[in-house]
Amino acid sequence: MEHPLKQILALVVVLEISVATACGGGGGGETTDSEADGGAPAGAGSVVSPDSAATITGTVSFEGTAPAAEPIDMSEEPTCAEKHPDGAMRQQVAVTDGRLANVYVYVKSGLGDRAFPTPSAPVTLDQNGCRYSPHIVAVQAGQSLAIMNSDGILHNINTQPTENRGFNISQPVVMETSREFSRPEVMIPVKCDVHGWMGAFIGVQSHPYANVSGADGSFSLADLPPGEYEIEAWHELYGTQSQTVTVGVKETAEVSFTFNSDMAGNHVPMGEPIVLR
Amino acid sequence: MPESASTFGAGIDSIYYIILWITGAIFVLVETALIVFIIRYRHREGRVAVHTHGSKKAEIVWTVIPFILVLFIVYASNDIWLQVKRADQEGAAPADALRLRVVAKQFEWNVTYPGPDEELDTSDDFVKRNQLHVPIGRAVRIDLGSEDVIHSFFLPDFRVKQDAVPGMTIPVWFEATRTGEFPLACAELCGLGHYRMRASLTVHEADDFDRWQSEEIESGSPAADADASDSETADENKVNEGEESA
Amino acid sequence: MTTPQLLAPNVSAQHWADPSHPDDRPFIRKYVFSTDHKTIGNQFMFMSLFFLMIGGALAMMIRWQLGWPGLPMPGGGVLPETMAPGGILLPEFYNSLVTMHGTFMIFFAIMPLLVGMFGNWLIPLHVGASDMAFPRLNMMSFWTAVPAGFIMLASFAVEGGAAGAGWTAYPPLSAVPEYSGVSTGQQLWCVSLVILGFSSLMGAVNYITTIVNMRAPGMTWLRLPLPVWALFITAILILLAMPILAGALIMLLFDQTIGTTFFLPETGGQPLMWQHLFWYFGHPEVYILILPAMGIASEVIANGSRKPVFGYPAMVGAIIAIAFLGWIVWGHHMFQSGMNPLLGSSFMLSTMIIAVPSAIKVFNWLGTIWRGDIHLHTPMLNALAFVAMFVIGGLSGVFMASTPVDIYIHDTYFIVAHIHYVLFGGSLFAIFAGLYFWFPKFYGRMLNPTLGKIHFALTFVFYNLVFFPMHNLGLGGMMRRIYDPNQYGFLEPLQPMNTFISVFALALGASQLVFFFNILWSLWRGEKAPENPWSSNSLEWDLPSPPPHGNFEAMPAVYRGPYEYSYPGRGEDFWPQSEPPNGRRARVETSGAPVAEGVPQ
Repeated sequence: MEHPLKQILALVVVLEISVATACGGGGGGETTDSEADGGAPAGAGSVVSPDSAATITGTVSFEGTAPAAEPIDMSEEPTCAEKHPDGAMRQQVAVTDGRLANVYVYVKSGLGDRAFPTPSAPVTLDQNGCRYSPHIVAVQAGQSLAIMNSDGILHNINTQPTENRGFNISQPVVMETSREFSRPEVMIPVKCDVHGWMGAFIGVQSHPYANVSGADGSFSLADLPPGEYEIEAWHELYGTQSQTVTVGVKETAEVSFTFNSDMAGNHVPMGEPIVLR
Repeated sequence: MPESASTFGAGIDSIYYIILWITGAIFVLVETALIVFIIRYRHREGRVAVHTHGSKKAEIVWTVIPFILVLFIVYASNDIWLQVKRADQEGAAPADALRLRVVAKQFEWNVTYPGPDEELDTSDDFVKRNQLHVPIGRAVRIDLGSEDVIHSFFLPDFRVKQDAVPGMTIPVWFEATRTGEFPLACAELCGLGHYRMRASLTVHEADDFDRWQSEEIESGSPAADADASDSETADENKVNEGEESA
Repeated sequence: MTTPQLLAPNVSAQHWADPSHPDDRPFIRKYVFSTDHKTIGNQFMFMSLFFLMIGGALAMMIRWQLGWPGLPMPGGGVLPETMAPGGILLPEFYNSLVTMHGTFMIFFAIMPLLVGMFGNWLIPLHVGASDMAFPRLNMMSFWTAVPAGFIMLASFAVEGGAAGAGWTAYPPLSAVPEYSGVSTGQQLWCVSLVILGFSSLMGAVNYITTIVNMRAPGMTWLRLPLPVWALFITAILILLAMPILAGALIMLLFDQTIGTTFFLPETGGQPLMWQHLFWYFGHPEVYILILPAMGIASEVIANGSRKPVFGYPAMVGAIIAIAFLGWIVWGHHMFQSGMNPLLGSSFMLSTMIIAVPSAIKVFNWLGTIWRGDIHLHTPMLNALAFVAMFVIGGLSGVFMASTPVDIYIHDTYFIVAHIHYVLFGGSLFAIFAGLYFWFPKFYGRMLNPTLGKIHFALTFVFYNLVFFPMHNLGLGGMMRRIYDPNQYGFLEPLQPMNTFISVFALALGASQLVFFFNILWSLWRGEKAPENPWSSNSLEWDLPSPPPHGNFEAMPAVYRGPYEYSYPGRGEDFWPQSEPPNGRRARVETSGAPVAEGVPQ
């Protein structure tokens, strides 16, 4: 056993070769959901010309008596309880003056093979006062979802999609994390395991024509190419309804949906989330 | 250690102190001997070590004495262990214990109260998340379970700790000796939220507990037979049961 | 009764050193794929010290988070967003940190240092053999450990990150990615340890065979240096324990990948079964991690005291007793697990009893230095620190052995304190002692004594400042493996203590740079080492530093035990094992012919 230098060199060379070989194939620790399968189209194709852009608008109504709003007991989380001095209510059925909010309305078919560019601006999902804001999120495939923790306490964002790769990430402090979904999916449930009452849904489309009804029940799908479309409205408790609408050049068509509490049985079950193995 | 808040806390603490005294004395003895020897027998000019291979007598002495000491500690400890675990008595908790169910899941504790009829799985049960309420001076038996991974039910002030294992229902009991609000912590790594899987235990005076219970039932806490998790995302379980968590 | 021929049946098969025949092995065979046990020992040293650094770096990150929760870590910006966005460690990454710190330290640092490095360095030389019984198997043992370590390191880079269920990997958390957030990383953890298990098993088989079969004439069992006894018993523990771990890991891997449910309750599996299997391995494993350290401590303390080991037969008996009893104490890791409480009583009894042989060893070390002529060279300082720290670790163990006290301290920092007192205060100080002692023999250079003493002093002081307060943290109720204790009101008052510990942990980490520098510096610039710098008695000190390939030029002969220091009436205060009683060195014919004169029976 002679020169230690040779000894060390030998070991280091061998280790370096093995590191290089292995690292050649491995990836970094980043996880983004932008796999190449079914991702957002790379900008080729139709931006609808303003000379012909049409619009579909409408209202979502609720018939009959809305179920009573249920309070959420946030006493275990003072940081959030303080943000709701009048108490917080569950967001599942948000009815105001006969109008239903938080209904996800989107173009289900009729766009043909058109490809749409992925918006560069992100969509924000905020956790504030231990509530998701918005409760229903509309995002395009490949579009960045900026998840914010405005509370500064631990939230985890646990998504359980069936068509996309989900994620379960934590945000222990005030911070922002970005994620994407690569495939259209209606709808991806989101929950926080630390605050069991928190819940949201994310709808992903390959096109920009999706909207969430506001407190007045209204929604608007603008800049559409003229044509015939199937429009679907999705509610987390009352299921889906669809209607066919034709809209001509620079026309605005009206469509309305009505839900009532008898439709609770139409609830669309969430499928089995993709299991990471 | 925090001041004990349970009936068997003092017993457990006394074992701790016995062991502290015994090990403390041994520690002082051994470390002092070590330091004294290092100083006293350090190399100096002309010093020669005493050539000896040992002493059978010494071996016997320092085998027998530690053996007796540890057996004493075992004997002292075992009584209180069996008392706490009720391995030598009828029933997993003292008779007339108030029975609760606690189910751990990532990352919350769901407590099912039996309601005024004091029977679990009846229609007057209700569930609270992360809030444990018990009356003072009465044994409480908890049937501990887990929905997902192993958690551990840790009440530091009560000297209570029991792993919650999925697939098992494990009884844990204690009797509070002080009123107040105390922490419940998870003491087994259970995922990213392990460090925040906290709840609070409130010990009430007896009539105060009854008042709290009536208030809870009146204000309509979720029924025990609905899914304990009242998340706003309607998941499969609820659909399959036809239950709404509205 | 043994005759010299029977003691060394393979005398003709051993390739002794031949000074007239130059070592013409090509570079690759000499330094890379070498079958020479000394080279393999060196390789284990470099590999293990590398992983010791990795384990230490992970610890620094853990302590950063605990000392300054939620604060961005300096340099954290280089970490990916999935681990530490903006340098703020995420809770799931923290769980991986505690998991991998334990995993690297136990499996890739302490075990290969004690068993791979010291086992290879010492066994053939101490028994008087030219090499191990199976030199090629020995080489495979090292080269199996390397990919295992590599896989473990690579697991940080896969999606979902490195394993995050603790080094104990309790299912269902470790079996189900939805629960832990880790999928591939957890599988690689299992695969890596299965491979490492093979490495250990190969080594164990080799060590046992060498020690049983290849002792030189006169090297009876009771003349073996204590490191050999310790390594022999350790090898038996490895042989019996590693397969259990491998079995459990494969079952866990199957649960993770092919849909079995050994440990998942949904279809009849039992989470507790993992705990039984793991700890049935796990408890003998911790004795694997301490016994060789005890052997090394005995060797260095006797040498530093210029006195025989006090109670050598009792020391051997205690090693055997610890190993034997170590198989019936595993349930003390499971007192609060939901296991039948009556088992708690029986495991408490066996656990308390196993304290006795450890106590016997401590008293015998005290007896060794008593009335000695104590030279506080660097190895001796570290060996004495080993005794002092091991006493604390062992005594803290008595608290958790008591089932009622364990109710409170289980899974708190009291346990973390105990672990680190026995593994760092114990094993690592003994490893330092052994490295400072034997480095000269295997590299031909002394480690710088001034740097050695500085390293010792800094390490000893900082180490105690870091780990002793953890007893208090545990008694305050601080749980293990929690990312931010301040989330609990009752733990907030402990934050200053956590910050205190973290400050000194960083200092402790920095102090190790002195050691690593000393090693690298001394390899090239260290004072050339004589044959016997410590005036020690065992066979390796008869040889050049480093010994040639084949070690001895002929079968050595052994005349006495290894601890005949300060024998009355002799001019010197040591008496090598191989020195004949009348001063003449006898030689046994290498052809296996009858014994030459003067060789003892």
